[in-house]
Amino acid sequence: MSAPAASLTDAPGRAARPSKSRDRKPRAPKVRVQHTGAILAFVLPFGILFGLFYLVPIGYAIYESLLVIKREGTFGAATEVFGGFSQYILVFQNGPFWQSIGRVLMFGVVQVPIMLGLALLFALLLDSPLLRGKRFFRLAFFVPYAVPGVIAAIMWGYLYSPNLSPFSAVTENVNFLSADLVLWSIANVVTWVYVGYNMLIIYSALLAIPTELYEAARLDGAGQMRIAWSVKIPLIMPAIVLTAIFSIIGTLQLLAEPQVFRSFSSAVTSTFTPNLTVYTTSSIPNVNLAAAFSVVLAVATFILSFTFLKFTQRKEAK
Amino acid sequence: MSTMIPAPAQPARGIRPAQSKTPKAPLAQRESPFARGGALIVMGVFTLYFLVPIWWLLVAASKNRSQFNTTNPLWFADFSLFENIGNLVAYRDGVYLKWMLNSALYAGGGAAIGTIIAGMCGYALAKYRFPGRELIFNVVLGGVLVPATALALPLFLIFSQISLTNTFWSVFLPSLVSPFGVYLARIYASASVPDELIEAARLDGAGEVRTFFTVSVRMMVPALVTVFLFQFVAIWNNFFLPLIMLRDETLFPVTLGLYAWNSQVNQIPVLRDYVLIGALLSIIPLIIIFLLLQRFWRNGLSAGSVK
Repeated sequence: MSAPAASLTDAPGRAARPSKSRDRKPRAPKVRVQHTGAILAFVLPFGILFGLFYLVPIGYAIYESLLVIKREGTFGAATEVFGGFSQYILVFQNGPFWQSIGRVLMFGVVQVPIMLGLALLFALLLDSPLLRGKRFFRLAFFVPYAVPGVIAAIMWGYLYSPNLSPFSAVTENVNFLSADLVLWSIANVVTWVYVGYNMLIIYSALLAIPTELYEAARLDGAGQMRIAWSVKIPLIMPAIVLTAIFSIIGTLQLLAEPQVFRSFSSAVTSTFTPNLTVYTTSSIPNVNLAAAFSVVLAVATFILSFTFLKFTQRKEAK
Repeated sequence: MSTMIPAPAQPARGIRPAQSKTPKAPLAQRESPFARGGALIVMGVFTLYFLVPIWWLLVAASKNRSQFNTTNPLWFADFSLFENIGNLVAYRDGVYLKWMLNSALYAGGGAAIGTIIAGMCGYALAKYRFPGRELIFNVVLGGVLVPATALALPLFLIFSQISLTNTFWSVFLPSLVSPFGVYLARIYASASVPDELIEAARLDGAGEVRTFFTVSVRMMVPALVTVFLFQFVAIWNNFFLPLIMLRDETLFPVTLGLYAWNSQVNQIPVLRDYVLIGALLSIIPLIIIFLLLQRFWRNGLSAGSVK
């Protein structure tokens, strides 16, 4: 990612105007850009903020990750000097970090399909003539999305705890906060919060399908299952892909829920997820290594969501 | 990546919501009662899954300490919710109210300003031709894929260079940027703001910026409300940025404050009550906002997801 990020660093502020001078040479008939002032007034506020709070931090993280701390003797003043890729070598040798990546990947492989499967099922039911009281269900399923991740994690933390839980008959026998189960207990919290949100995105896509498309199938005698499978799902694939990509990103970035669970369960270590590792490393403080972790994580996220996008597009094209 | 962008002409479909579907109702009689019963059971079971935790929170927050462990956890005992709220608000000179106010400022202010600038940028990308337009859009779209958490640490490093960490602005300013807002505003503007209308405003002698704020914005309302809402929720729920930026308790948003209390429950047991009541109260503003603005955001959502 470093290459595009570097070349784009100054793009948004400048791009509105200056590429004119560059573009003008190859393309002969020069088209005068109208309303330049208005365009600048519209684009610049966002462009400047995007540059300052998106592009500059990305560049700065890469820069910091290339530095190392050098000390004069044991107690001398610390100075940051260029260290090439030495932080990245440390990242790649860091066992706990890769374990945490493995952990969230395993989490994602299980949790994302379950969550999106449920969201799709609910959306299809809401869209089918089988169900009454749709407004109620739509709202009831969406309510958890209004609960911030931190709050949801605190709440479920109490629901899981052996002595405080209202379901103590269950929690006294199954330790949801044990090392074996806590990852899946967190998965349940994430699922609980986001199913309704994903359901709504998919449902919105379903509403946009012209009804005539499946009225024809109905007249041919296709049942609701058949219509859902052969007509609706293929048409809403883009919405499903979109929710999948955002879920993949969210999974790799898990932080709030496990951070909260640290006060309920000692099984959640300070390097439980990649972002917890970043946080822990930066508060040591070892900002250069933490920056390198951040960069690797961002690149991994980008590659994974991009690959997924390309993969699903190829499948669709077939 | 640009393949993710819906063709600007198409999503017009998405803007028109359910009305066309209502005549389906009489057909419902044809479905077998078996399938309908099955659907109802599935939805009923999951309604319990989604609502029981919140119900429990409400019940737990309404009990006094002695009844918390001794009475039915899913039903009310003596109803002391308001007394509990009073205690929470009074605790440590009302720091909880301060947190709620902070959250409202971060999320309300950030989402309002963020929506306006994202709306302007998306509108310009949709309605004007200028060199670099596609480049900007693709960079912004790349920004949608960069998670906010990945930026928290570098932002902290930058803000500490200019001694701005542990200030209101260190959380507020980065929250103003919503690449997804630009994306949605562009799609929506190109589908729902007719060029002829802008042309007509020009003939009337209105300036471009004035045309945007008086004419075009009205057509973009559903998209803008959607952007506002989702940015509001994103900021309200944001955890990593305040966690890494803020030390001063009086600047905390409510999520960070409750988190801090919850991690001290073992030392100060009374905090458990306050965490539960505080958690309940912190959900209410979002639920109210979602209910009030339902009509808008459901239409806006479909524009974003349709290809």
